[in-house]
Amino acid sequence: MVDVTPADAVPPAEVGEVELYHPHSWWTKYVFSQDAKVIAVQYSATATAIGLVALVLSWLMRLQLGFPGTFDFITPEAYYQFITMHGMIMVIYLLTALFLGGFGNYLIPLMVGARDMVFPYVNMLSYWVYLLAVLVLVSSFFAPGGPTGAGWTLYPPQAIMTGTPGGQDWGIILMLSSLILFIIGFTMGGLNYVVTVLQGRTRGMTLMRLPLTVWGIFTATVMALLAFPALFVACVMMLLDRALGTSFFMPAIVEMGQQLQHNGGSPILFQHLFWFFGHPEVYIVALPAFGIVSDLISTHARKNIFGYRMMVWAIIAIGALSFVVWAHHMYVSGMNPYFGFFFATTTLIIAVPTAIKVYNWVLTLWRGDIHLTIPMLFALAFIVTFVNGGLTGLFLGNVVVDVPLSDTMFVVAHFHMVMGVAPILVIFGAIYHWYPKVTGRMLDETLGRFHFWVTFVGAYLIFFPMHYLGLMGVPRRYAELTDMTIMTESAHHLNSFISIMAFIVGFAQMVFLFNLIWSIRHGREAGGNPWRATTLEWQTPETPPAHGNFGKELPIVYRWAYDYSVPGAKEDFIPQNVPGDFAPSREPA
Amino acid sequence: MAETTMTHTSQMEPRPAGWRGIAADWASDQRAFKNVSWGKAMMWIFLLSDTFIFGCFLLSYMTARISTRVPWPNPSEVFALRIGGSEIPLILIAIMTFVLISSSGTMAMAVNFGYRHDRRKTAILMLLTAALGATFVGMQAFEWTKLITEGVRPWGNPWGAAQFGSCFFMITGFHGTHVTIGVIFLIIVARKVWRGDFDIGRPGFFTSRRGRYENVEIMGLYWHFVDLVWVFIFAFFYLW
Repeated sequence: MVDVTPADAVPPAEVGEVELYHPHSWWTKYVFSQDAKVIAVQYSATATAIGLVALVLSWLMRLQLGFPGTFDFITPEAYYQFITMHGMIMVIYLLTALFLGGFGNYLIPLMVGARDMVFPYVNMLSYWVYLLAVLVLVSSFFAPGGPTGAGWTLYPPQAIMTGTPGGQDWGIILMLSSLILFIIGFTMGGLNYVVTVLQGRTRGMTLMRLPLTVWGIFTATVMALLAFPALFVACVMMLLDRALGTSFFMPAIVEMGQQLQHNGGSPILFQHLFWFFGHPEVYIVALPAFGIVSDLISTHARKNIFGYRMMVWAIIAIGALSFVVWAHHMYVSGMNPYFGFFFATTTLIIAVPTAIKVYNWVLTLWRGDIHLTIPMLFALAFIVTFVNGGLTGLFLGNVVVDVPLSDTMFVVAHFHMVMGVAPILVIFGAIYHWYPKVTGRMLDETLGRFHFWVTFVGAYLIFFPMHYLGLMGVPRRYAELTDMTIMTESAHHLNSFISIMAFIVGFAQMVFLFNLIWSIRHGREAGGNPWRATTLEWQTPETPPAHGNFGKELPIVYRWAYDYSVPGAKEDFIPQNVPGDFAPSREPA
Repeated sequence: MAETTMTHTSQMEPRPAGWRGIAADWASDQRAFKNVSWGKAMMWIFLLSDTFIFGCFLLSYMTARISTRVPWPNPSEVFALRIGGSEIPLILIAIMTFVLISSSGTMAMAVNFGYRHDRRKTAILMLLTAALGATFVGMQAFEWTKLITEGVRPWGNPWGAAQFGSCFFMITGFHGTHVTIGVIFLIIVARKVWRGDFDIGRPGFFTSRRGRYENVEIMGLYWHFVDLVWVFIFAFFYLW
């Protein structure tokens, strides 16, 4: 029984007495490590590696779209496989894994002042199951028939029919198995993140003193724990349809003149299950980005975040609302029109908390002492890009406007802007921001600025023209557009232009990867707190933080995470673990 | 891990009233749920997530059942057993349900004796729970065998909608897997209790964490959950 009295600095209950597993060998220290920081790096490295595969796939698609007929090896079947794998990898195996498994593992224990995740062993298993999921996914490239080409939404009935690549081969089976594994692995990690935030904080760290990064990752994890079950069930059922010949999603169907064995299933049921997962998934990716960008802006503008309490409630409101909007992905699926009315309304309501967040970011910048560091550049780019992608969301959220725009390049442009480019920009910003903590050295500034400008401007040059293509009626997911009347001469030129830009932006990422590796050895020494930030991860005794994070005594938190430029303070930041009343320990109003 | 009872978690300040008070309590220092250990919190959140899985399974089953255009097999005939020359509807399933609910009772008793540090009774009751769970799974296997010999397959059956077999095997199979996993873990925890691991604070083989008698309760949470899910499956599948 640990009796904590507020008077003296007793280490917090449970946190103080937690038994960390101490590694005995190189293997248990760096490979089968139970340290959340090592697991975070493992997650990030794996996600980046598989993300590179998806990047190459996008190049292959752009080769075909930009220069149709030039590359014989990109058959329509191959094109569908590229599309499917690109989408699935980017959304799940890269973004979800990197934000929650990567940043979540690294930042949650450090930011809440914990020694590690609450159950490090389960946390380690989480990574290894994730790795297994990735390997199963990759193996489908080498399986007979190749990976599935069903589109990342895997809509039945086509997903498991002969005409779809991998539909009657191994592709779809490996895809579904990999997703099931991913969900199992994620659940193990996700439970850890949630319990660490709820129950494992250090003394003084109330929820309303948490940095917004933790709030974003925490809420996203809770959502993921409630949304992934729907995908899990959908995967199990489709696997049974494909492997055992059940008819959950398969209606009576004639394929190539032959009546299939299936009868009486509902493809729409799959869509409901998929999007009950799929829409929260958008915010599972976006909320950590929201949180991280809030911290980046506040730190690099040397100003407290505007409206902290509103920011927290906005995150929670977005998380809750995102569970009641899923059918706006199904306006053209043949739903009852009244459903469309309901889901359009809820969808547009989400704009309110989202707008609150955007206003608060801008107001945080307002008259701030803005340092245009690389993390700040990425954060600013995120705001612009997110607003841009969000505005096209208003178009697509309305049924009548959505119907003609459905399945056009406009949709591609919208979701790439809002949940592709925008979160990726935050990931880059976050890596430039926290790399000094992970490695002890700064990333190279010149390469970084080059990387930022090419990525930011390039991403606009790629995705902005797609809006125009979409408004012209150019459909998405078509491997070959040459003979369509809507494909005018200028549209073809635009497509070639987009492709060239895609290559340039892609190569800029190679510069970034080079920077990541080169700076481990050759970067400038960073010191413990190069950005002069307030949050706990910058106050660790060692950089990079040692096993157990905080040395002998856990920090005690006296203030919120945003005491920047406090009038009367010696410096323009006061770390969360600094006591004293010379500045009001500003609880958010 | 230390006992997690905390007496003073923060300075005694005046707390705001109403909704603000609720938010302040939730957001208060160190832990949102006072006196709830990490393991217990984790199990509860896992069960919440698992609820969504079973919820999706059952909703999918209901969708299939209400939208089918061919007749749905009559459960009270399908699940009847011929005993002593007469068809008794739902008799097997009634026994199965009784067995599983009884196992919840023995589990609750095990938790009680666990907190009294009564190693012997706790372990015996946990093993009894595991035995009842294994009996349940065995009877489920019997039921599967019976239906399979009568021609029920995941892709079709002699009496009507093909989705009957698909949903039945999928949902009871998924639940049976849960029970089986529960039985395995019951045996593992019972062994730890028997050996006195929780008395001497012996570190776990994989985790190197010291277990406590609370682990029995956490195990129980899972077990009661599996029973509760069964009640819903019973109601929606057999009684509908």
